[in-house]
Amino acid sequence: MAEKLIGTDIAPPDLVAKITGRARYAEDFRADGMAFAKLLLSPMPHARVRRIDAERALSMPGVLGILTADDVPQRDAPAEQCLTNEPVYEGEPILAVAAVDEATAAEAVERIRVDLEPLPFVLDPLESLRPGGADAHVQGNVIVDREWKSLKWTAEEFASAEAAGRLPMGEPTSEWSHGDVDAAFAAADLIVEETIVHQSVTHHPMEPRSNMAFWQNGKLHIFASTQSTARTRAALASALELDLEDIVFVAEYCGGGFGSKISGSTVMQIPALLSRKIGRPVMHRVTRYEENYFGRARPGFQGWVKMGFRADGRMTALDLYLVEEGGAYGSGDFGTAGAVAHLTYTPENVRVRAVSVFTNTPPKAAQRGPGGAQIISMLEPIVDKGARQLGVDRLAIRSLNAPGSDVRFGPRLMGLTSVHAREALELGARTFGWDEKRMLSGRRNGTKVTGVGIGLSPYTAGSRGYDGLMVVRPDGKLHVHQGIGNLGTHSIADTARPAAELLGLSWDQVEIHWGDTSLGVPRSSNQAGSQTTHAHTRANHAAAEDAKRKIQEVAARTLGGAPGDYVLDGGRVFRRGSRGSGMSFADVARRAIELGGHFDGHELPDDIHAETVTAASKVAGQGLVGVAKDNYGGDGAGVYSWVVGFAVVELDTETGVVEVVDYTGATDCGTVIHPRSLGAQVLGGSIQGMGMAMTQRWVFDPKWGVPFAKRLYTARPPGMLDVPLNAQWAAVGIPDPTTPVGAKGIGEPPVGAGAAAITCAVADALGGRCLCRTPLTPDIILTELEGLRKPYSPTATHIG
Amino acid sequence: MIDEVDVNGLPTRSVSRRTFIKGVIAAGATASTAGTLFRASGGGLFAATALQGTAERLLTLNVNGQQRRVDVLPNETLAMTLRYKLGLTGTKLGCDRAECGACTVLVDGVNHYGCSILTHAVRGRSVTTVEGLQDPETGALSPVQQAVLEGGGFQCAFCAPGFLMSMTALVTSTPSFTRDEAASALSGNLCRCGDYNKILDCAMRAGELARSV
Repeated sequence: MAEKLIGTDIAPPDLVAKITGRARYAEDFRADGMAFAKLLLSPMPHARVRRIDAERALSMPGVLGILTADDVPQRDAPAEQCLTNEPVYEGEPILAVAAVDEATAAEAVERIRVDLEPLPFVLDPLESLRPGGADAHVQGNVIVDREWKSLKWTAEEFASAEAAGRLPMGEPTSEWSHGDVDAAFAAADLIVEETIVHQSVTHHPMEPRSNMAFWQNGKLHIFASTQSTARTRAALASALELDLEDIVFVAEYCGGGFGSKISGSTVMQIPALLSRKIGRPVMHRVTRYEENYFGRARPGFQGWVKMGFRADGRMTALDLYLVEEGGAYGSGDFGTAGAVAHLTYTPENVRVRAVSVFTNTPPKAAQRGPGGAQIISMLEPIVDKGARQLGVDRLAIRSLNAPGSDVRFGPRLMGLTSVHAREALELGARTFGWDEKRMLSGRRNGTKVTGVGIGLSPYTAGSRGYDGLMVVRPDGKLHVHQGIGNLGTHSIADTARPAAELLGLSWDQVEIHWGDTSLGVPRSSNQAGSQTTHAHTRANHAAAEDAKRKIQEVAARTLGGAPGDYVLDGGRVFRRGSRGSGMSFADVARRAIELGGHFDGHELPDDIHAETVTAASKVAGQGLVGVAKDNYGGDGAGVYSWVVGFAVVELDTETGVVEVVDYTGATDCGTVIHPRSLGAQVLGGSIQGMGMAMTQRWVFDPKWGVPFAKRLYTARPPGMLDVPLNAQWAAVGIPDPTTPVGAKGIGEPPVGAGAAAITCAVADALGGRCLCRTPLTPDIILTELEGLRKPYSPTATHIG
Repeated sequence: MIDEVDVNGLPTRSVSRRTFIKGVIAAGATASTAGTLFRASGGGLFAATALQGTAERLLTLNVNGQQRRVDVLPNETLAMTLRYKLGLTGTKLGCDRAECGACTVLVDGVNHYGCSILTHAVRGRSVTTVEGLQDPETGALSPVQQAVLEGGGFQCAFCAPGFLMSMTALVTSTPSFTRDEAASALSGNLCRCGDYNKILDCAMRAGELARSV
């Protein structure tokens, strides 16, 4: 019998390479004559380049060339160029120099004189909205209907908000609502209202976005660090105005992205363009310092929320206002934030208003659970405040407000394929021991007081309609071609497992081909929004069904009978009940090559994507080809997974230090494909949330507009001693009924769960006082505990 | 100039980042263009002239049990020598400033950040990188590697080589250890995927395997 592949632990096929040092990440590739690039970064948060004097640099021995903004594809803001003559944040790349080695390139950069005209800058979106406030771009500070606009609110609005200690709320640029919030508040038994601040947080993947490029026979060969493979090549082709097939894109491993490397990161273009200019391969090593600048960050929110509750804890109204720190090139996290808030508490009456403001801070990008993680970590402790005032259990209030599978939410009242949030809450409570551990709340041990918290977090977890491509070769193995990236989630392997199971194969009969577009990779999703597990278990399942039909057909043609008489198991196809007869897959592959046509990929289905057609033409004739588009349907309904986090913290009232002593994460993500990997995603994502809520503090100098916390030790992600070392996880495991495999994605939702469990537990340790801001660093907690006058306003962000 | 740093005056057993930077500053160079950048030995700026009369450049290093002859500049870090001169790219650079531990290697069995030790300081000492963990005769995985393979450790695994070296130092120096002790021993290595619980599971299993050898 073939192994059961869905729901079992395996070693990912690339793990031996990863633990022996043979795995090659972008900076591990070499090419003959390879030169090195260094960047000149803007020293100002907003400026215009008046003149560049590079003469002293270019005359240095060993310097090979320079690339400036005039040499790169031109874009109009808010589209971003890889080099610019109008930097809009400190650290934005202005030019690049190539030299025989990196030290020479760096010295050359230091010899270049750039004459910069300083321009007005702004770090805090609210300051930009003030009358007379600076705009981050010359063109304005917001974009409305694709047009730049300089949006200013009235002095009266700011004055009344400051007097009340709440968020100013002038004209928004986005608004949606359902029901009647004002009437619902009038009828509510309890109203809770808070101003909230969530800081912007850098992604800081372990591997900086270094890459190397060269040109050969008119084709660009690029070795990059990216979450996605097929889609990054497409993005790069579009950015550089190249045909897809003129890029050989190699990205075998990615040392983390978390949303910052979804597809072609802008800086990836530099070595490609510089290499074309100087005619030599160019390696660009990105430093940690540079990663802080252009490695992307989660946008921050300054917000205000008003919740109306019925006496039993049911949320009847939610009114949310978000001012988003859009950074240098804009962001749209506020959209998901509003939808996720609506989804999590299902208030019948909801209003979401928002404005996303450009600022002269490093560019933002999706970061694991974009929008959702921020809003959940901020709203959950406020829901707790309501529960406390109503005398309702905190687990019960979440179950009461959580949706079922019939939910409709967001501006367009979208439906979902399946929702098992309540089951996740129950399972998590049981695994964690909520009934016992909630009794620890408020327990004092010397200077330490215990807090207990729950965070319930949903996020998108799927998409549809991509292609699968696989070949049964004469070696008897199934070769699965993956266009998805190898970003650390193990999905390059795990999305192939349902296909292998369908074909009755053991895992050692499967080879995965990934990370190099010259191998032939099918049309794939971006590795973003936790789509991959859902989208590509489906796409590979579709291709495996195609392969199975063809294998049965080959057997029937060769051995007689009807295709339906044949079954597949253990790498053989045979008539039902006569295992000893039949054909090996190796024989099937050879026979398929003889038969040609659709059997070996020389004839292809009509509905597959053009990229898949090209990829299939590369493998045609190698064996029996399974290729198909995911036509399983379900369009129109969203796919969401859920994670609930439970945490126990000990807050030291003398030092303000919070220690997370216990954590459980429970998830609804459909069928579990790979339990051990799933556990790592649930807990690892939760730990990222803990860092976001607790330790990663990003401080800016308001006078000069530059970040102080530029490195890992100044905006520190959690280390091993910062997290609970016996954390637990559990999965509901109810299959999603709209996919043949039943699996949904998992990457995003644990971040909000981990963060919210901590913000709630800290509020619990403070006797129910919600600080309503992140990060919860010891000084901020101590200021609250000691009742000190706060040296920052209620809406201040990036406080030093 | 940075090239005038007198490495002969540095301690022979170890050179800390602090000493290194002090030395660089004393020599009047800026830290931003110091040894954390790759400088080719053969060509490049001033490479041939400015170094006369300073340190011997052609070293014999003991790396993964082999004697390797290599041309090393005075201010070159071990991580740069390994990655760009010896082709040992298993050692990763995540921060280049002793913050993340991705570049951890063993020097005489002790784990060090490869970004923060000068190559000249490891003359006469034994350097082990992730490429040197397997048995050179049989190719068998080391107990630490075996434990990580069994436990499916790591996600993106950019931090893995560094963690594996710290784990190796732990299991070879400490006959038995608790989960908390393992966490302390590994706390100089950062995993941004947050796979700490699984990494610790692997470390405990590595301890068992090492004891049974």
